[in-house]
Amino acid sequence: MTRNKWIAAAALGALLVAGEASAADKKVVAVSIPAADHGWTAGVVYHAQAAAKEINAAFPDVEVIVKTSPSATAQVSALEDLSAGRKLDALVILPQTSEELTMPVKAVKDSGAFITVVDRGLNDPAIQDLYVAGDNIAVGKNTAKFLVDKLGGKGNLVVLRGIPTVIDDERIKGFQDGIAGTDLKILDIQYANWNSDDAFKLMQDYLAKYPQIDAVWANDDDMLLGVLEAVKESGRTDIKFALGGNGMKDIVKKVIDGDAMTPVETPYPPSMIKTAIYMTVANLVGHAPVRGNVKLDAPLITKDNAAEFYFPDSPF
Amino acid sequence: MSAVIQSAPPRRERSFAIGWADAGPFIALAALLVIGFLINPDFLSATNLSNVITRSAFIAIIAVGATFVISSGGLDLSVGSMAAFITGVTIMFMNGMVPHLGTWSVPAGMAVALFAGIACGLLNGLIVTVGKIEPFIATLGTMGIFRALITYLSDGGTIPIDRSLRDVYRPVYFGTVTGIPIPIMISLAVAAIGSFILYKTKYGRKCAAVGANADVARYSGISIIKTRTIAYLIQGACVAIAAICYVPRLGAATPTTGVLWELQVITAVVIGGTALRGGKGHIWGTVAGGVILELIANLMVLSDFVSEYLVAAVQGVIIIIAMLIQRFSK
Repeated sequence: MTRNKWIAAAALGALLVAGEASAADKKVVAVSIPAADHGWTAGVVYHAQAAAKEINAAFPDVEVIVKTSPSATAQVSALEDLSAGRKLDALVILPQTSEELTMPVKAVKDSGAFITVVDRGLNDPAIQDLYVAGDNIAVGKNTAKFLVDKLGGKGNLVVLRGIPTVIDDERIKGFQDGIAGTDLKILDIQYANWNSDDAFKLMQDYLAKYPQIDAVWANDDDMLLGVLEAVKESGRTDIKFALGGNGMKDIVKKVIDGDAMTPVETPYPPSMIKTAIYMTVANLVGHAPVRGNVKLDAPLITKDNAAEFYFPDSPF
Repeated sequence: MSAVIQSAPPRRERSFAIGWADAGPFIALAALLVIGFLINPDFLSATNLSNVITRSAFIAIIAVGATFVISSGGLDLSVGSMAAFITGVTIMFMNGMVPHLGTWSVPAGMAVALFAGIACGLLNGLIVTVGKIEPFIATLGTMGIFRALITYLSDGGTIPIDRSLRDVYRPVYFGTVTGIPIPIMISLAVAAIGSFILYKTKYGRKCAAVGANADVARYSGISIIKTRTIAYLIQGACVAIAAICYVPRLGAATPTTGVLWELQVITAVVIGGTALRGGKGHIWGTVAGGVILELIANLMVLSDFVSEYLVAAVQGVIIIIAMLIQRFSK
């Protein structure tokens, strides 16, 4: 009886070793991202999973594993779990926070993995081999440029900003730089927490307060949805443009359809995670060196190029 | 027994004549309106007031339910997440029913919303009463559950309502009856029914008795489990009614729908004069509290002298002042 058990255990052990050996032949790319808790992160999850599926199908000797984490603490644990079982050849990470993730990512780096950091930088940039991010300043600046052109450098604007963070500050700064020196005037700027409901209320209040508004800029598309509803309900005709930012599919669709009030959009695309995963894999399988900083531009999405930024199946 | 006897008569008096204690939130409301007018005359324009009061309807309707829960000595932190969850379920049901029911899927969806709300309320109630878990912890748990469910249902993105239903459903938020926006009518109706139940029925008296002193209530033969569970049921139904009014506003549910509504709801109830530790509830005060909260936010935007960075601080100060006005008007 006891002997049989030992044989079974030995057989099982051999199987495990064999399994590990075949897995070790594959190059493992771990992708650690925040869990989907709002539109943009939902987009990140969608694009990361799409990239994993495409790459796993295209390269039999590469395995991309996507792991989502709802908080910084959970992401630290996820990194430990991912690197505990086997050796990682590369890690693509969109950190929940810079502070808490810096040391854990460094530990993965020390084990010999190639590190790609996306969107939010770590406290020590020396850890990363590749950094991929969008351009928040350009999100504000390109929107501002469009308004300056279309309004002839003159008019009254109201702005809705998100939550006090670097991302929000940079977008607002880019916008303010963009209209500097023109006669475009920001009548008001308030926080609406990147939330449609708060934006709806704030826009109603702006409309009550200012009899003449030429254009509205909500620095995120969730807020733009609330703004559009408030403008529609008020029946006001003075508002010529209501613009957003981020690249939500509903808004890109408006651009494709030639909407008069929202004819353009600026991307801060969640698909940047996909770009980062592809580049990382290129480094592993294609002998294509990719070390460095990649800043994805935020070109104005117009009717002509909107198809490139339109993902109808994405939740965002 | 004696506590019940003592606490019953004043309630009966109040139902005939409104006393000073009930006037507190309305005095604060009136003061706010005057200050608002002095700061910016546009504040009292019909459009602005109608916008703001309509917006306060969700919080007011949910807070009527919360008045029952808090009055009976409970607390419900899950209402914001529950509203988002019910909104999501309702929209998905309506969209799914379009091929079969056409525009009739709107009333069918409303029925589903009510059913879902009552089910969620029952869940909260049973965990608190039968499970004997502190209301704070129990509803903190369900708050996380409902929030995760709406995030799951929407894949973290948006659940939009079918385009063919938008125009049919739109009037429920944006429409008016004899010039009064429908959400205001609905919240007045909910408050009227709520105050009838709380002040004129046996259940209402049980509710306050359980909240004032659970042991004494039990000795007088009141079932605490039944009373508190029904309070959570009423809360769930109110959240469902709020969700029904909410859907047509933006026509979508997202994982950020209803975030932090629970705090606004509790604040409205307390501004309205109901004590957090339970006891007698003030339904109309609660409604006034909901309007006050929304007016403060509105005033912050309409006035020019508060930096956008300090808005939350000024709101906090105004809420405390409103409470002080109440305290000293008693």
